[in-house]
Order: sequence, then C-alpha cells, then structure tokens
Amino acid sequence: MKFVDEFRDTEKAKTLTKAIHEIARKLEPKLTKPLQIMEFCGGHTHTIFRYGIEQMLPDNIEMVHGPGCPVCVLPMGRVDDCVSLAENPDVIFTTFGDAMRVPGSKKSLLQAKADGADIRMTYSPMDALSLARKNPDKEVIFFGLGFETTMPSSAFTVLQAEREGINNFSLFCNHITTVPTIKAVLDSPDMKLDGFLAPGHVAMVIGERPFDFIALDYHKPIVITGFEPLDILHSLWMVLQQIEQGRSEVENQYTRIVQPNGNTPALEAISQVFEIREFFEWRGLGSIDHSGVRMKAAYAAFDAEQKFSVPNLKIADPKSCQCGEVVKGVIKPWDCKIFGTKCNPENPMGALMVSSEGACAAYYNNGYHEKKTA
Amino acid sequence: MTLAKTKFSGKTINLSHGAGGKAMHDLIDQIFVAGFDSPELTLLEDQARFDLSDLSKLGNRLAMTTDSYVVDPLFFPGGDIGKLAVTGTINDLAVGGAIPLYLSCGMIIEEGFAIDDLQRIVASMKKTADAAGVRIVTGDTKVVPRGAADKLFINTAGIGMIAESTNIQANRASVGDVVIINGYIGDHGAAIVDARGELALEISVETDCQPLNELIQEMLAICPDIHCMRDATRGGLATVLNEFANSSNVAIHLEQTKIPVREEVRGVCEVLGLDPLYLANEGKLVAIVAAEDADKLIEIMKQHPAGKDSCVIGTVVKTPQGKVILETGFGGNRIIDMLVGEQLPRIC
Repeated sequence: MKFVDEFRDTEKAKTLTKAIHEIARKLEPKLTKPLQIMEFCGGHTHTIFRYGIEQMLPDNIEMVHGPGCPVCVLPMGRVDDCVSLAENPDVIFTTFGDAMRVPGSKKSLLQAKADGADIRMTYSPMDALSLARKNPDKEVIFFGLGFETTMPSSAFTVLQAEREGINNFSLFCNHITTVPTIKAVLDSPDMKLDGFLAPGHVAMVIGERPFDFIALDYHKPIVITGFEPLDILHSLWMVLQQIEQGRSEVENQYTRIVQPNGNTPALEAISQVFEIREFFEWRGLGSIDHSGVRMKAAYAAFDAEQKFSVPNLKIADPKSCQCGEVVKGVIKPWDCKIFGTKCNPENPMGALMVSSEGACAAYYNNGYHEKKTA
Repeated sequence: MTLAKTKFSGKTINLSHGAGGKAMHDLIDQIFVAGFDSPELTLLEDQARFDLSDLSKLGNRLAMTTDSYVVDPLFFPGGDIGKLAVTGTINDLAVGGAIPLYLSCGMIIEEGFAIDDLQRIVASMKKTADAAGVRIVTGDTKVVPRGAADKLFINTAGIGMIAESTNIQANRASVGDVVIINGYIGDHGAAIVDARGELALEISVETDCQPLNELIQEMLAICPDIHCMRDATRGGLATVLNEFANSSNVAIHLEQTKIPVREEVRGVCEVLGLDPLYLANEGKLVAIVAAEDADKLIEIMKQHPAGKDSCVIGTVVKTPQGKVILETGFGGNRIIDMLVGEQLPRIC
C-alpha cells in the first residue's frame, strides 16, 4: 500500500534500531535510571504494541504511555451524562465506536443500547448531521470527543448545521486540549520523564509552537511524531540525539503532514465555535485547569448541554485504581494492585483498561501480564 | 428448475403466509418445494428419512451441526444470506472431515418481505447446495409481525458422514506442526462493511463465501491425518488459532508477512482501525498438519479453485502455552488474544 508500506520497511527499521542502541550505549555511563520517554498519544501507544517496538529497544530506554487516549480519560460522570441523553426517547445519540464500551457509574453506552436507547456508531460528525436531516422528528446528538485532532470536524459540522438551519442537531462537547494536560503531567511532583514524542495529528492542527514551553521551560526534548512504526523509531532516535547533545528543542519528524503553523482553517473553525472551560475533569488525573473546551454562547442552539438537562455529576474514580501513576510513568501497569485481576478489558475499573489504546489494555491484550513474561 | 414466480399471488409476505392455511401451503409449494427441488422435500412429510445402509458406506460416524444466519444486508458483493446459510453449515461439517449430505432450512420472515427477494434467496441456496453436492431435505417457515425480526433470518442444520480414517480435533496440534490457510483473509468482513454503505468506501472486495467440502476431501485423500481444522468465520483467523492453542496446550507462532491479506482489505482496516486477523471469513479453512505433510498438501490445495492461494502461515511451538504470537514483520512480536467483544473502530 503506497505511503504506508514505505513507513513499515524492515531494513530501515533495523538501521534505526541499531542507531538507537548505539546512542543508548553511549549514554549508559551517565544514567542512574532508565531513560523514560513518554508517547503522549494513544495512537502512538497502539503502533508501539502493534509492531512490538518496545522489544526492539535497549534496556535503558523505557516507554511511558501517556494520557492521550481521549476514550480512556473520559470520566464516569460524563459517560453517565451520555447515557442520560441517549435514554431520552426523542433522541438519536451518535458516537465514535470505541466510546461505546467505556463504563459509566451504572452502565456503558453499549448497555444503554441493549436496554433500548437509540445509539448509533458513526465515523464522522457529518454522518450524525445526515441522520438529523433524515430524521426531522428526532433530536440527533453527536458525542464530540477527542483532542484537537477531532475538534475541527465537530466545529465544521456545527457550522454546517447552522448554515443549513438544521435545528435538530446538537453536539455534546467533551473535547479536550493537549497542552494543559502535558503541563499537568510535567508539573506533577513524581514526574521523572526525560523526553516526549508529541502527538502528530494534534500538531497537524495546532502546529509546532504550542509545544515550545516543554523545551524552553521544562528543558525536555520533544519530537512531533507520525503514526507508522518507522516514524516512532525515527522520533525516538531524534529525542536520544537531543539528550546526547544536551539539547532540548521542539523538532518535527512528521514533516509530511505537520506544518509549523498548523492548519489555519481548522484553527479558525475551532475558535469560532469553542471556548476554553475553566477546568475539565479527567479520569485518572483529576481536574485539570483549561484542559477542555465548551461551545460558545452564540452556538447554544447546537449545544446539547444547553438544549437538554444533563445531570453533570462528578463520580470519583475507584479508590484502588492507579491509572494516574501509570500515566505519569511512576509505575508500570503490572505494578497496579488490581491490574489483570479486578481490572481487565472485559470489566475495566480504570481508564487505561478501557480502550485498546490505553496503556493497561495494551499491556493486558499483548500478554504483558507481569514483569518479564513478554 | 422453474420458479413459480408467476403463479404466486401477491408481492410481499404477510402474516397469512405463516398461519397454516392455504396461503402457507402456496408459499411452501411454490417457493420452497419448487425452489429447493429435492425428492425428500417433494414428499411433503414432516421429516426427511434416510437409509442407514447408504449412509454407512460413506463413513462410520454421523456428523451434525446447526447455524443461524442474520446477516445485514441480505445481499452483498459476491453473495447473499441464502448462499451464506448453505455454505456455512456445509463448511462446519466439512472441517470436521465429514462429507456433507443433507440440510434443513428454517426461515423466519418479517411481514412485508418481498417475494422476489425470497425467491432470489431460495434460488441462491439451491444453486449453492447443488454445486456442493448436498440436498435441502426438510424445512420450516414462520412469519412474524413487522419489527419482530429484521427482514429474514435463516437457520440451517446439516448432517454428514465422517470416514473411519479421519480424526480431526482441536486438541491434536503438536510442537513442530505447521499452520495452513487456503487463501486471503478478511474478504467477507470487509465486503459486509462495504455493503452496509455507511462509509462510502470505493472498494471492490467480494465475500469469500464458498463451500470447502470438495477441497477438504481432496486434502484428506492425500493426507488422511490432518490434526486440527476449523473454518475461520466470526472472530477470524485469530480466534480459531487461539482455540487450537488452548485446546492443545501449545503456542502458535505466526509470521505476518506470510498471511495473505488483499490490498483492499488492508485499506479498509487501515481506514477503520480494524485488524484483518479478526475479520470474518466464509470460505477459509485453517488446518494444522505435520510439517512433512505440508508440501504435498499445499500442492494439491493449489489445484482446487477454493485453495489456489493456499500457504503455510506459521508453526506450532511449545511456549508460551495457549498463546498465539505474531512476528510482526517489523522485528517485534505481539500476542494475538481473543477479542473481548465486538471489534470497535478506533477514534483517531
């Protein structure tokens, strides 16, 4: 497959792996602990496990799988809100597929569907808008979820609905923002990270500059990374080069997609429709200031939170859950007290077990049930 | 075969077609008995009857299986629910080494279903059964009110005979054996995703829906000792191999670069965040055989249209017991587990 297979080339992978091992060997005498490099994005986590990349890395490099899986970090209270909206008999509730299984405090959307709610999986908010056109006697709600990657498509759909005067479409906005979240991870007192792979598709929208603070204020190397396995290896090598040369800069490995200034029309649509929330609640990480967006008052007619009554209750994470520590790289999934026992993909207790992009589910599904069994 | 299309009154099925009266008799006579055209069905008894001495000439064990078909949409590229209902049950018998002989056909029809569609489906069942050398010998019809079923559900049960020399079981994989597949994986799953039309994909993948009984009998003729064999339907190749690894207490080592996946199917999976290893097939067998039997088997399989892309995709190893390991072709390995639930597309 053109433009895909080139980025999965085994020979190039060998060359890059060799180069990574060489730098790691040079760095070894200076290290007191393994180098911890965080891939922020769930898409990267998926690629790392799918291609077995961790096994190709030297022992003194450890990948920390960050909080960038929007499905994983969705708090239980928000899932309860979705269920409540979906159970309204006048509503067709539409969502991306992998949000279906996320547990709420009482049920998931999958269970609510089985109980009779009209919930449909869509691949794009535009599909939800077509449903609204076809069902004028129903209220169609789209569950807007994800970082800046999926934000523009939600914004454009709202703008399209406004243009066409479709008044039975609304967005339940749960979009979250990348930068405040990375900052929260960096500000955490038990933070031990040495470098970052930045989310390529977020950068495609917001550009390179919003990541500057990581290099300038926190002095950590960060490389904007693509999603094919060679992208990951290449970016890791770039981060290690920075560490070896004592640099901390924002570098762009994903130049075939990411422009330095991002995507201007997408950013304009985002700022037209959305505004920053004071704070947003995260599963596993608690409340983070400015880490979510809501719809501007001008678009209240398309805002499900304004149009319908949403319970908006805060539900605490289960006490036994250690997702927050896993996300910050303080512990590995198998160190968590309930990993693989009370918490497993069939019955996820913690955020990171929910989606296949979550670190714990990735460890579990790939057979990393305890240390060194892989 | 002549379809009684002109004689049958009305364009759609209604509740009277399931009420036991004249309308039901017309439906059975003119659509099913005429359409399936088998001597057993023509007798219109409440059961089909078989001569045991005829059956026992074909083997020493009777095999029986049943499956229900609820696919949506009913017609898809390369097949329809009728072809699927016949093929699926034939294959469930065939992968146990049985020679499939007779099928039953139960239909649950939603009120309002188009007679033309029903006739198309019956004709497709007949054509598929004829091609595979099996007969539909007994049946049942129910009509349910609108909304009580989704258009049409079909159940088929089947019986076949297993030869004395055949001993195919999921617990017979042993270290050193090899894993064989008869062609490209995931075609059916991708064709169904495409046929639902929700994604406006521009692909041309057809279902791989095909009876495997003839191919399997040719395989058994050259290699009577096939250790394990199943058809990789729902849950795909990954699920069948996990079943073998679990039942046999062995590990299965797969090589990704050897597993045949069409470019179009890979494309669908890339776009939708699905894994072809878990996509459904309707004409793919997975067999585990002794390594020394592999070459001659592959050679004979490749001569049959249902096996022309056959190949070895992996080996049976000792550890980690009960697991399926995929060598990614990129230098790493990953464990291929059973799916927890449905394969859900990823958000980004």
